[in-house]
Amino acid sequence: MALPDPLIAPLVPAWWPVRSVRRELADTVTLEIEPPPGGLVFEPGQFTMLSAFGIGEIPISISGDPGAPHALVQTIRSVGPVSSALTALRPGDRIGVRGPFGNGWPLEDARGADVLVVAGGIGLAPLRPVLYTILTDRDAYGRVSLLYGARSPSGLLYLDEIRGWMAGLDIDVLLTVDRGEPGWHGSVGVVTDLIRRASFEPAGTTAFVCGPEIMMRFTKQALESAGVDEERIAVSMERNMACGVGLCGHCQFGPFFVCKDGPVFRCSDMVELCWLKEV
Amino acid sequence: MTGTVFDTLREHEFFADLSDEDIGILSACATPAAFAAGQVIFREGGPADACYLILRGDVALEVTTPGRGAHVVQTLHGGDILGWSWLFPPRRWMFDAQALTDTAAIRLDARCLRAAIDADHEFGYQLLQRFSQVMTARLQAARLQLMDVYGAP
Repeated sequence: MALPDPLIAPLVPAWWPVRSVRRELADTVTLEIEPPPGGLVFEPGQFTMLSAFGIGEIPISISGDPGAPHALVQTIRSVGPVSSALTALRPGDRIGVRGPFGNGWPLEDARGADVLVVAGGIGLAPLRPVLYTILTDRDAYGRVSLLYGARSPSGLLYLDEIRGWMAGLDIDVLLTVDRGEPGWHGSVGVVTDLIRRASFEPAGTTAFVCGPEIMMRFTKQALESAGVDEERIAVSMERNMACGVGLCGHCQFGPFFVCKDGPVFRCSDMVELCWLKEV
Repeated sequence: MTGTVFDTLREHEFFADLSDEDIGILSACATPAAFAAGQVIFREGGPADACYLILRGDVALEVTTPGRGAHVVQTLHGGDILGWSWLFPPRRWMFDAQALTDTAAIRLDARCLRAAIDADHEFGYQLLQRFSQVMTARLQAARLQLMDVYGAP
């Protein structure tokens, strides 16, 4: 019997082998999963539903290179039973995959102007495909800045890769942490503090923001104060996505289903929702 | 540092929209300052006799706790204002400030500033409005840091 194709049967997981596991942080790993021949084409910002057999399923943003569809790369932080099981997988184990689901970051809007990529904590994972895409076609964009904040230096994701970006000229990288550690000589403070230090022309700048929701709210405010149009601020939301195709309603967020209408939203489309404590 | 202190203050974002007359008052209290990487700018408990407009470089605000050494609570960078303890009694620094990199700044003498504020309340209002914005932003940032938003959900 042929294995189900997640694009044809979106509610049935396909079971693909884990090719490699990379430990990123104490509680976070990146899995490289092997899709069938032909690969898994996705847009930066899309997510998959990943399942651990007999335990459950969770939504995880794709963190790999859209230009390399023969590897499905997903960065997972262990915070609950399913994510703990997924982060314990070893090369050769099989993982359930459905998707990709949702929309992508509005990269077309960003072409020809400055770009701010603002990430907090594991929020860098859904934004890494944005950086890969920009780097592939670097001349199509103006100044590009990655503003990345984490709890502590040991909580900074993809640090080796970040060092590579810092050494190059294509992306201006600014890092900060909420709490310093011995040996850390970089910035200490919140990620919004970095906006003022970044080089960009507010008019026309597109900002892609992902992190804890409260961090995104404050970042939106700071970006608007700096003159960035809220139509050009995109955020990635997360709301109990379950079916992934807008059928079950678990991820309803006001008039939206996050799994189908998002997870990426323009701030101008959700002005009121941004300040609601509960929907 | 190139140009005069007046020009530097005039061009700085923090003092944008201040009148030339007010910039002149500030200039009378201002002197250029430079700190080498690692140099202590002021120490916790010391008299808060100045504030600094950081032009270039990086400065760490630190608090030292017994057994744990110095703990950086915030870093400041070019364009930031360093120090507001000079505004209110007891006028003593709350943290240590140390240059992380070679740092250029404008030092504003606190006694001179307070005398100018007492003599010209409109100038004082303009100045305190700007410092209040910085204090509000730092308070909000400190609250965000305390929330530990990147911690386990």
